[in-house]
Amino acid sequence: MFGTMSYNKQKTIIIVSFLTIPLLLLGVFTYYPAIKLIYYSFTNWDGYSPEKPWVGLANYREVFSNPDIFKVFEHNFAYFVMGVVQNIIAIYFAVILSNRLRGKNFFRILLFLPYIMNGVAVAFMFGYVFDTTNGSLNLLLGNLGLSGLSQTSWLGTEGLVNYSLASTGLWRFMGYNMVIYIASLQAIPRDIFEAAKIDGAGSMQTLWRITLPNMKPVIQLNLFLTVTGALEVFDLPFVLTKGGPAGASQTYVQRVVETAFAYNNYGLASAMSIILLFFVVFVLLIQQLVLNRGGNK
Amino acid sequence: MGKSKFRVIDIIKYLTLLVGVFVVLFPPYVVLVNAFKSTDEFNTSNSMALPKSFFNMDNFLTVFKRGHLLSGFGNILIIIVVALALNILFGTMVAYVLGRFSFKLKPVIFGAYLVATIIPSITTQVATFGIIKSLGLYNTLGAPIILYIGADVIQIILYLQFIRNIPVDLDESAMVEGASLFKIYRSIIFPLLTPATATLVILKTISIYNDMYIPYLYMPKQSLGVVTTVLMRFQGVDTADWNLICAAILVILLPTVILYFFLQKYIFEGVTSGAVK
Repeated sequence: MFGTMSYNKQKTIIIVSFLTIPLLLLGVFTYYPAIKLIYYSFTNWDGYSPEKPWVGLANYREVFSNPDIFKVFEHNFAYFVMGVVQNIIAIYFAVILSNRLRGKNFFRILLFLPYIMNGVAVAFMFGYVFDTTNGSLNLLLGNLGLSGLSQTSWLGTEGLVNYSLASTGLWRFMGYNMVIYIASLQAIPRDIFEAAKIDGAGSMQTLWRITLPNMKPVIQLNLFLTVTGALEVFDLPFVLTKGGPAGASQTYVQRVVETAFAYNNYGLASAMSIILLFFVVFVLLIQQLVLNRGGNK
Repeated sequence: MGKSKFRVIDIIKYLTLLVGVFVVLFPPYVVLVNAFKSTDEFNTSNSMALPKSFFNMDNFLTVFKRGHLLSGFGNILIIIVVALALNILFGTMVAYVLGRFSFKLKPVIFGAYLVATIIPSITTQVATFGIIKSLGLYNTLGAPIILYIGADVIQIILYLQFIRNIPVDLDESAMVEGASLFKIYRSIIFPLLTPATATLVILKTISIYNDMYIPYLYMPKQSLGVVTTVLMRFQGVDTADWNLICAAILVILLPTVILYFFLQKYIFEGVTSGAVK
C-alpha cells in the first residue's frame, strides 16, 4: 500500500504512526502521573473521594515543619555511606581485574553474580543470614572466635539495622559498579599507560595520575546513582524489616508509600514525592556543575 | 628484591579477591545447604553444615504446593513474554524514527525519554495507581504488562548506537528497488538490530522477573502472584520454617542464575553500553 506513495509522504506517516503509541505510553505512565502528583500535592485528597479539596502549600509546610518526616533521611544516610564504600571496593576490584591476572574472568563473573539475583529472594536470604539465634553470620563470627559479636541482633538494633540493610545493598550492587568501572578502564587508551611506564611512573602514581582521572566521568555517574539510590531506597527494608524495629529502618520512600496507601493521605504523600524529585534534580545539577568545571580545566 | 615485592602485591590481590568471592557466595551457600534439610535436621544441625542428602526434595515439593510457586512462574512468564514482545516492537520503532529521520520534534522526544529517567517511579505510583484503576487493569496481568512496555532511555540509546552502524546505503538501495519505508524497517532495520534486542531481552527479563513493587501494588489477588509476591506471601505464612523458605529462595534464584552463566557476555555488554557514555 505504500508502494506508490512518495517517500516524503511515507516519512510523515511512519513518523506519526511509529511514535504515537510509544509517546502515548510515555505520556500516560510517566508525565501525566508526574503532573497529577504536582496537583495532588496542593490538595488533601484521601485517594478515593471525588472531591480533592485545595489546600495550597499546607502539605509542603507540613513536610518541612514535621521533624518526623525529615528524620527518616537519617536512615537513608546509612545507604549513602555504604554506597560510597561500595564504589571504593568496586574501583579497587575493577583496577585489579583490568590488569593481567590469572582467573580474572572467573572473579568478574562471581563478583557480579548478586546483581542478577531476585531482590526479594536476596532480602529473605539475608533475613536468614542476619537472624540472631539461627543466623549463619553469628555462627560464622562465633567460629572465627569473635564470640563477642556473635549474639548481635543485626536487624533488631536501632543504630545497626540500617547499616545491616545497606550492606545487603552493597553485596548486591558492588559487582554492577565494578563491571561499569572495568569497561571505563578498558576505554582508556593503552599507550597512555605505556608512556607513563617509560617515564618511570610507579604503579601508585599511575593509579592516581592516570587511571582515576580518566575514570572521573564514570565515577561521577556512579556516585549520582549512589546518592539517588540512597534517597530512593525502598524494597529492602520494606521486605525485610517492614521498617522496624519501631520504625528505625523506615526510609523516606517507604514513608511516602505508607502515607498514601496506608493512611490515605495522598496529598501529603504527593508533596513528599515532589520534594524527593527536587532533591534528585538538585543532586543532578550539582553534579553537572562539578562535572563541567572539571571539564573546562 | 623487586621481584618478591611484586609477589606480595599479587598475594594481596588474590587474598582480597578470595575474600570478595567468599562474601558473595556465603549467603547463597547457606541457603543451598539448608534448603535440603528436613525440619528436624534443620533444628538440630548447624546452619553452615551440609545436609545429610542433596536428594531430599521434600522441601521443594512442599514449597511448590503450599507456596503456589507454579502459578507464580506461569504468571511472570506471561508478563515477560507479552511485555517484552511489545516493548521490543515499540522500542525498535522509536529508534528507527529517531535514528533515520530528521524532524523538528526529534530532540524534544529524545529529551522526554531522558528526563523521564530522573522521575522516581516508585513515588509517582501514587498517581499511576488511579490511571491503572480507571483503565480497568487493576488486579489483572494487564497492569504490569502495560507498565513494562514503555521503552526507557537506555534501550533507545542502545538501539540508536546499532542503527548508526547500519549503513544508510542499505536503506537507499532498497528504496531504489521500490521498497517502502515500512518494509525497510521490517526487513532491514529490525533484523539487523537483533544483537541489541538479544541483550535487551535478557536484561529486561531479569529486571521484570526481579521486580517486586509493581506486581505487589497492582495484583494483590492471590491467583495473580508472581515469583516475588508469592515468595513474600509464603514467608508471611511460614515465618519460622527457614528450611522451607530457603528452598523457595533457591527455586526463585535459580532461573536468573542459570540465564546469567550461559549468557553473561550479553549481560555485561548491556550493562556497560548503557552506562559508559
